[in-house]
Amino acid sequence: MARRIGVFVCHCGVNIAGVVDVERVAEELRKYPGVAFATTYQYMCSDPGQNLIRQKIEEENLDAVIIAACSPAMHEETFRSVCKEFFNPYRCEMANIREQCSWVHDKKEATEKAIKLVKATVEKLRGNEDLMPIFVPIEKKCLVIGGGIAGIQAALDIADAGYKVILVEKEASIGGRMAQLSETFPTLDCSQCILTPKMVAVARHPNIKLMAYSEVIDISGYVGNFDVKILKKPRYVDEDACTVCGDCEKACPVIIPNEFDMEKKPRKAIYIPFPQAVPSTYTIDREACLGLAPLTCAQCKDACEANAINYDMQPKIVEERVGAIIVATGYDLYDKNKLVEYGYGEDDDIITSLEFERMLSASGPTGGEIIKPSTGKVPKKVVFIQCAGSRDKQHMPYCSSICCMYTAKHALLYKHHVPDGEAYIFYIDIRATGKNYEEFIARVMEEERINYIRGKVAKIYREGDKIVVWGVDTLTGKKVEIKADLVVLAMAIVGRKETKEIAKLLKVAVDDGNFLKESHPKLKPVEALSRGIYFAGCAQSPKDIPAAVAQASAAASKVLAIFSKDKLEKDPLVAVVDEDRCSGCGVCVSICPYGAMQRQPNGKAKCIEALCEGCGTCAAACPSNNIEMRNYKDEQIEKMIEVIV
Amino acid sequence: MKKKIAMYWGAGCGGCDVSLLGIHEKLLDLLDDIEIVFWPCATDFKYEDLEKMPDKSIDVAFYNGAIRTEENEKIAKLLRKKAKVLVAYGSCASEGCVIGLANLYDKKQIFNVVYLQNETTKNEDKVLPKEHTNDLELPEFLPHLKTLEQVVKVDAVIPGCPPPRPVLEEALEALLQGKTNFGKEVALCDECPRKDSKPEKIEIERFYRWHEKEDNGDCFLAQGMICMGPATLAGCQGECISANIPCTGCMGPTPKVKDQGAAMLSAIASLLGDIDEEKEEEIMNSIRDMIGTFYKYRAAKLLPEGRLKDES
Ligand SMILES: Cc1cc2nc3c(=O)[nH]c(=O)nc-3n(C[C@H](O)[C@H](O)[C@H](O)COP(=O)(O)OP(=O)(O)OC[C@H]3O[C@@H](n4cnc5c(N)ncnc54)[C@H](O)[C@@H]3O)c2cc1C
Ligand code: SF4
Ligand code: SF4
Ligand code: SF4
Ligand code: SF4
Ligand code: SF4
Repeated sequence: MARRIGVFVCHCGVNIAGVVDVERVAEELRKYPGVAFATTYQYMCSDPGQNLIRQKIEEENLDAVIIAACSPAMHEETFRSVCKEFFNPYRCEMANIREQCSWVHDKKEATEKAIKLVKATVEKLRGNEDLMPIFVPIEKKCLVIGGGIAGIQAALDIADAGYKVILVEKEASIGGRMAQLSETFPTLDCSQCILTPKMVAVARHPNIKLMAYSEVIDISGYVGNFDVKILKKPRYVDEDACTVCGDCEKACPVIIPNEFDMEKKPRKAIYIPFPQAVPSTYTIDREACLGLAPLTCAQCKDACEANAINYDMQPKIVEERVGAIIVATGYDLYDKNKLVEYGYGEDDDIITSLEFERMLSASGPTGGEIIKPSTGKVPKKVVFIQCAGSRDKQHMPYCSSICCMYTAKHALLYKHHVPDGEAYIFYIDIRATGKNYEEFIARVMEEERINYIRGKVAKIYREGDKIVVWGVDTLTGKKVEIKADLVVLAMAIVGRKETKEIAKLLKVAVDDGNFLKESHPKLKPVEALSRGIYFAGCAQSPKDIPAAVAQASAAASKVLAIFSKDKLEKDPLVAVVDEDRCSGCGVCVSICPYGAMQRQPNGKAKCIEALCEGCGTCAAACPSNNIEMRNYKDEQIEKMIEVIV
Repeated sequence: MKKKIAMYWGAGCGGCDVSLLGIHEKLLDLLDDIEIVFWPCATDFKYEDLEKMPDKSIDVAFYNGAIRTEENEKIAKLLRKKAKVLVAYGSCASEGCVIGLANLYDKKQIFNVVYLQNETTKNEDKVLPKEHTNDLELPEFLPHLKTLEQVVKVDAVIPGCPPPRPVLEEALEALLQGKTNFGKEVALCDECPRKDSKPEKIEIERFYRWHEKEDNGDCFLAQGMICMGPATLAGCQGECISANIPCTGCMGPTPKVKDQGAAMLSAIASLLGDIDEEKEEEIMNSIRDMIGTFYKYRAAKLLPEGRLKDES
C-alpha cells in the first residue's frame, strides 16, 4: 500500500490554473493523510514536468504518485511510463481537474471540486494493488471468411507479409459478386479481367490455404487464440485430379439454372460456376444430381477419364487455431418480391441490376447481348429505377451508395450496345462522391444523352408487350408515363443472411440491414468490438470495389499489427469473478460487449483476461455483486464517494 | 442439558410457525435436545411466564413476523433480554416481507383501505381501531412496520417466506451447536433445476407474466418471465421453480448485496439487448407493479421510515 504519495498539480498553462487555484489544491493535499509531498507545475506532461516527477520521487522517497491534470485518456500512459522507472506503474493515478473542473465550473466550485477529486484519488491509490500486464500468446495465422474481392485482397496482403491465411469460401469458387459484374465504373475495366489475376494469385500463394465450398461452423476463443471448425462440403470431384475437360458436364443429363448467372442460364448437376473459377474444378450439386445414392446415374463418372469423380466423398470437419479473423462475407440484393409498388418484380421484363450485369457480360446468359427476356428481341426503350428498396422507410432506410454509379454505367453500356435505344433513369438525387465519379455521371448525362428523371416511380404494370412506368418528374411537376421494353431495378444492397450467422458465432452485432457493426463508426471502422476480429467489404456496409479493397487492406494491416509481436500485452485492469459466490446466472456472460465473460463447464462465469477491456459492465450488472474490477474494488469506490460527498 | 428454546409470532401470516412443524420427524429428533420454554402458538404460555424468566436464560429465541404493533415491539425487547441468541425467523422478521409493502403508505391510508374502502368490508358505522375503548386496551398500531433488527440487536437470520425446509434444518442444527453463521452465499441459479437450460446469451425482448406464456421448461429468465433467482440467496433448492413458478425472491439477497430489487433491476435492464431508449422504456414499462415484483420482501428493510417524506 502506498505510504508516501506525491501529488503533482498541473497548471496546463491557463487551462487549469486560470480557473482552479492550483496552489491551494497542493496546499490542502499536503495536509491529507498519506500525502508526503505536493507541488504544482506549468506543464506536467512536458519533459521538464516529467523530470520533476523523477526528481521528486527520488528526493522525497515517494512510493506512489498522483498527477492532477487532464483526463487519463490523454496522458495516463505518459505518466505511468515515467513512474515505471521507479515502481509499479499502477501506483500512478491521474485526477482529472481539467475536463471535470476548470472547463466546467467557476473558480470557487472548480477549486473545491479539484481538492475533493484529488483526495478521492488518494483514497483510490491507497487501495490499488501492484499489477503486471497480461501477456497473451498469438497464433500467427489468419482466418478470412468470404472470398469476394475484399476477402481475396485481405488474404493476399497478409500472405504477402509472410503469414499463413486460411480463406474460407462457401461457394464452389472464390470471386464473389465482382466475378459476376461486366465492366466496372468509372473506368469501364472488364471486371473479370482485373479480378481473375488476384484469384489465381490466391490459388498459387504458398501461404494461403484456400478452402472453397466450405463453411465455418464454430468459433471459440479470443484474440491470438481462436479455435475454429470448418466444414468442408463434399464436391464429389477430386479438386486435384479434375482437369476441367468438361466431359462430365456434357454427359450429365440434369439441367438446372445457374445461380452465378442469376438463374438466367442453365448449368448441369455437375458444373463449374464460370470458366475462370478458382479452385479450377467441377463440383457435383448434391441436390440436383441423380446418381449420388442410390446409384441410378453414373454418366459423369463413366465420362471422366481423369477418374476424378468419387460419389462416396464425405463432409469433413477441419479444426484450426488462428490469431485473428477477417469477416468479408459480402452482400445480397434486397428481395425484389418485397417491392409491391413494382409489381413484386414478377414480370420477365422487370429485372434486377445484377441480372442486367450478367446480361452485359460476354460469358453471361445472352453472350453479352441486351435482350428483352420475354421476346428475346433488342429492347428499344429501357427504364432504370434507382433506389429500388433503398432510402425508403418501407424497405431499407439507408442509401445503398453504389447504385447511382452502376446505373449510370448500365445506361451507358446499354447505349453502347443499342445506339438508337432510349434510356431513362428515375432517381431521387445523384450521389457520386468517389474519385472521378461526378465526371463519369456528367459524361453519361451529356455525351450519351440519357434521360435523367428526378422523381419516384409510383406504379409499374404490363400493357401488351410493354411495361408501363408511371412517375412524376419533380423538377417539372409533370406526370411521366413511359412504355418500356425493359425495366432494370437498382436493388438495395443488404448484408447476407450468412453474415448474421457468422456474427452470431463471433458474438458481434449486426444492424437491421445485416451489416456488421464496427467498434467505432469513425475511428475504428474495420474493427469489431472484440479484439482480433475485423471486417472488410460489403459485409460491413454497401460500398464499391475500391472501398472494399481499401477496407480489406486496412483490416489486413490491423491483423499484421497483431502478428508483428510475439505476445500481446494487455492492461491488467480486468474483471475478476468470485467463483465461490457465482451462481452461474449468466447475466455477465450475456452482456459483456467483448465476449470476455464465458461460462465454464460448471456453470460459473470466468473472465477471459485477454479479451476483457475492463469496461465494468458486468460488475455493475451482476445481481450478486460478485465481480470486482481490479483496482476499482468496492471498498475503493466507497471510500472515494465518502471523500467526495 | 437440553437447550431452552422460545418462538414468538409477531406480525405475520403464521406460515413461519407452521414451517417449524413442517420439518416433521426432524422436529421429534430435536425435541430430545431441546426444551420449549415459550411458543404461544403451539403451547399455552403467557407473557408473565416470559417476564418471570431470568435474563439470558433462553438459549435460542426465534422471532417470526414483523413489528407492526406496540405489543410486537415489547415482546421483541423482552425476548432480547431473556435470550442469549435472538434469531430473526423468516422474511417478515428479517426484512419486512409482503406486509412491509405497507410502508409505502401511512397509517391513515392503511386504515382507510382495510376498514372502510375494501370491497369485502362491511363497516356501516365506520368504526376504526382505537387503542383505548371502554372495556379494552389495544396495542398501538405503529406508524411504520419495522423489522426485528430495526428494534433490537439480532444475532442470526433464517431467511425465507417461510424458511424452506432445507434452510431451516441447516439453521436449527447450526444454532443448537451454538453457531450463528450458516446458509449459502451464492444465488439460487446455482442450485436451480433449470440452470442447464440457460442459453449462452440471454436476451429479453419482452416480459411475460406467468400466465401469458406457455412455460417450455427452460430457465424462466431466458423465457422473458421475471425470475428473481439470480438475485436471491440459494438454499431452498428451487422449491418454487420445481413447482413451475419463477422465484419471487423470498430468501433475500446474497451477502454482498443490500438492495436486492436494484440488483435484479439492473441485471434485467442490461439483458434487454441492443435496442433504442424508447423501446427499452416500453419494455420496462410492461412490467406491472415494479415494487411488488422487485421489492416484494424487502421494502420495509429499505424504507424503515416509510416512503421518502418529500414524495408522499
Ligand atoms: C449491379 C451491381 C453493379 C456493380 N458495379 C460495380 C462497379 O462497376 N464498380 C464497383 O466498384 N463496384 C460495383 N459494384 C459493387 C461490387 O459488387 C462490390 O463492391 C464488391 O463486389 C464487394 O465485394 P465483397 O468481397 O465485399 O463482397 P462479395 O463480392 O459479396 O463477396 C462475398 C463472398 O463471401 C462469400 N460468403 C458469404 N458468406 C459466407 C460464409 N458464411 N462463409 C464463407 N463464404 C461466405 C460469398 O459467397 C462471396 O464469395 C456493383 C454492385 C452491383 C450490385
Ligand atoms: S451422376 Fe449426377 S452429376 Fe454425374 S451425370 Fe449423373 S446427374 Fe450428372
Ligand atoms: S446510391 Fe443512388 S440509387 Fe443507390 S440507394 Fe443511394 S441514392 Fe439510391
Ligand atoms: S452475473 Fe454474477 S452471479 Fe451471474 S454468472 Fe456472472 S458472476 Fe456469476
Ligand atoms: S469488464 Fe467489461 S469487458 Fe471485462 S468481462 Fe466485464 S463486461 Fe466484459
Ligand atoms: S433465473 Fe430462475 S429459472 Fe433461471 S436458472 Fe435462475 S432461478 Fe432458475
